[in-house]
Amino acid sequence: MKLSELKKFFVSASSAFVVPVLAVLLGMIVGAVVMIASGYNPLAGYSSLLYGAFGDPYYIGETIRQTTPYILAGLAVAFAFRTGLFNIGVEGQLIVGWLAAVWVGVSFELPKAIHLPLAILAAALAGALWAFIPGILKAYLRVHEVIITIMMNYIALHMTNAIIRSVLSEEGFKSKQVHESASLRSEFLESITYHSSVHYGIIIAIIGAVIMWFLLEKTTKGFELRAVGFNQHASQYAGMNVKANIILSMAISGAFAGIAGAMEGLGTFGNISVKAGFTGVGFDGIAVALIGGNNAFGILLSALLFGALKVGALEMPSSAGVPTELVDIIIALIIFFVASSYVIRLLLSRLKKGAE
Amino acid sequence: MEYVIEMLNIRKVFGNFVANDNITLQVKKGEIHALLGENGAGKSTLMNVLFGLYQPDGGEIRVKGKKVNITDPNVANELGIGMVHQHFMLVDTFTVTENIILGSEPTKGGAIDMKRAEQEVRELSERYGLAVDPTAKIADISVGMQQRVEILKTLYRGADILIFDEPTAVLTPQEIHELIQIMKKLVKEGKSIILITHKLKEIMEVCDRVTVIRRGKGIATLNVAETNPNELASLMVGREVQFKTEKKPAQPGKPVLEIKDLVVKDARGVTAVNHLDLTVHAGEIVGIAGVDGNGQTELIEALTGLVKVESGSILLNGRDITNLPPRKIIEAGVGHIPQDRHKHGLVLDFPIGENMVLQTYYKPPYSKRGVLNFKAIYEKARQLIAEFDVRTPDEYTKARALSGGNQQKAIIGREVDRNPDLLIAAQPTRGLDVGAIEFIHRRLIEQRDKGKAVLLVSFELDEVMNVSDRIAVIYEGKIVAIVDPKETTEQELGLLMAGSKRKEAGVSS
Repeated sequence: MKLSELKKFFVSASSAFVVPVLAVLLGMIVGAVVMIASGYNPLAGYSSLLYGAFGDPYYIGETIRQTTPYILAGLAVAFAFRTGLFNIGVEGQLIVGWLAAVWVGVSFELPKAIHLPLAILAAALAGALWAFIPGILKAYLRVHEVIITIMMNYIALHMTNAIIRSVLSEEGFKSKQVHESASLRSEFLESITYHSSVHYGIIIAIIGAVIMWFLLEKTTKGFELRAVGFNQHASQYAGMNVKANIILSMAISGAFAGIAGAMEGLGTFGNISVKAGFTGVGFDGIAVALIGGNNAFGILLSALLFGALKVGALEMPSSAGVPTELVDIIIALIIFFVASSYVIRLLLSRLKKGAE
Repeated sequence: MEYVIEMLNIRKVFGNFVANDNITLQVKKGEIHALLGENGAGKSTLMNVLFGLYQPDGGEIRVKGKKVNITDPNVANELGIGMVHQHFMLVDTFTVTENIILGSEPTKGGAIDMKRAEQEVRELSERYGLAVDPTAKIADISVGMQQRVEILKTLYRGADILIFDEPTAVLTPQEIHELIQIMKKLVKEGKSIILITHKLKEIMEVCDRVTVIRRGKGIATLNVAETNPNELASLMVGREVQFKTEKKPAQPGKPVLEIKDLVVKDARGVTAVNHLDLTVHAGEIVGIAGVDGNGQTELIEALTGLVKVESGSILLNGRDITNLPPRKIIEAGVGHIPQDRHKHGLVLDFPIGENMVLQTYYKPPYSKRGVLNFKAIYEKARQLIAEFDVRTPDEYTKARALSGGNQQKAIIGREVDRNPDLLIAAQPTRGLDVGAIEFIHRRLIEQRDKGKAVLLVSFELDEVMNVSDRIAVIYEGKIVAIVDPKETTEQELGLLMAGSKRKEAGVSS
């Protein structure tokens, strides 16, 4: 009787929360198996991961700093997804946003109250513009956004590198630091976290999540965007402008991605350097959005999970001897289980049958 | 061994819901047995039990006198039970033969013996008069032909008992006629057929016996020769049903919709609406009768602003609305019940309440300064749900979860509530049972009596003749005749729809 009640509880809560949590647990269990098979102690591994993520204020600061761009990248992916689009170009939009933020940050000297918002706005506009192009192509020529956004990533990476080399830097591979008036750095936050690199960006990221939630769930425009995402035909019948909504949705998604880049450019690094390859944050954003159920608040949690895994992983080689590659495997396993949440739902429905 | 199939006291329960409450169905060898019931009466559940998709909670099944336990569809196949599904399960890019043999391919030396397969399919097709080309691609053949491929699939697997799940819902009148011939041929060859339907006319025309179920209970099994449509309808619905919707004579007023010399091309660039003229007045229902594919779809899309008009004009209350964007046309006073309610009528993943404001969400009181007022939206939804008898657990339930009839009532509620001067209803009762049809017809007539113009497009002649005040026959994109429903016959309409001209086309109004 008790067991069946427990099962029923799991089944009723399964919709939103249980599936991602179970996926994370399953990923960690299989990860433990991999660690044992490779001759490492999973308990030591996971405890050093946990310590490396939350063990003392410095680690907490680093985790938050890493979480910040993940939140915004996740929001970018989720916003597009909720309106029926698959934005694989968050990475490229993030890079152009980073560039724009740093460019504004080094080029002007203005009061902070103007300079910082201006730099963030420039990043948002750059990201929006970068996503606007695939949006237009999708709306008017029906070119699939996945192809274009992937290609736009490469254009963003190499174009940005060229601009850094030729315009933004004297040494050739790195821009100057942004002026203090455009920086997100905070001596206060650094001092309470033993000089971690955490910055005010986390506040902007959380505001971003609230904006996304409000925009999609509460506003008239959000209603329209979601309707177009679910059913273009019915939306058109109902008098909505489908093309304009596709373009707008891509642009808003790109703006979130651009701001994610500003977090790196104005906060974490304070500059932009020539990149040998992609940052990966934009691609991880896809997984963050997926695990967060494409929901603004779910994304806050899943971004924190990703931030903690990334930062905590740095501790694993030194204190538990587990190589960082294994950490990547564990992250991949978690994503695998989330993506195959169908299997988890199937298991839950079997449990449900058993409970009845 | 009188019965080939006996389902005795079948009971199937989902949670607290009794879908089948001790239903008994007995099918004789060589008969066409109808299973009649409203949407949601439990027909599909009962057939899924027979086909092995559900396990019954009580009762027993006998096939050819022997008690059987049908644990999955493979067992059903082995017992000679085949199902022709309403939604076809075909691979579009495969040929007819490839689809038919899929899963039980004849092989020769490890490779599929396509020659033999094609020969077998051809023989089967000829034997039952199906006239299917075994080498044609599914994507290239008509819906009616695709259905025959489904029939062949079951025959190829040796089925003796064929279940047809609402087979005529997707067919044109001609195709229905041909299907009925095929069914008669099948029983002549010794097959038995269970026909799931809620169309009384078909039962009267083709079936030997009929079992009526209502709300999960078996109500009666009758010989078709000894019953009539009225009796069947009242058994199915549980009350008297009016077939002829009562209506007063129309009192047409000023012209509301004036279509002049309209030309519209279809998606392939072929002229679909060809210099069409038509006027609909306030206070009348004009029905457009025609075989599917004679420009009806393009006409509606042009009227609602979804496709570009090549030439000609559309006037609403004297104002030119030709080629305006859909929202402007909606705001000008056009309501539209679309032909495909899933694709065009609803956002299925939205709550039914939010679907109620799909065209008006941006206006006060539903939106204030760009922010939605959910209180006002759901208040409106509750009002419409009550007024139009939309059966849903609550207004937050996703539209997807509602039955077809209730989805349609929701759309009609939404459109009528906006109080449009012109209401376009395209196939408004497709796939619905008599109770819902009666309701919808009454609502259309009510709009007319309020002085609105109603344009009804339907492939069901009964519907056009029953509801319309004037019938415009469309053929190859033109109105070829305008007739009075009281003075015409189905035969005459059929001839006009097939293109044999009797009256001159025109705006004779």
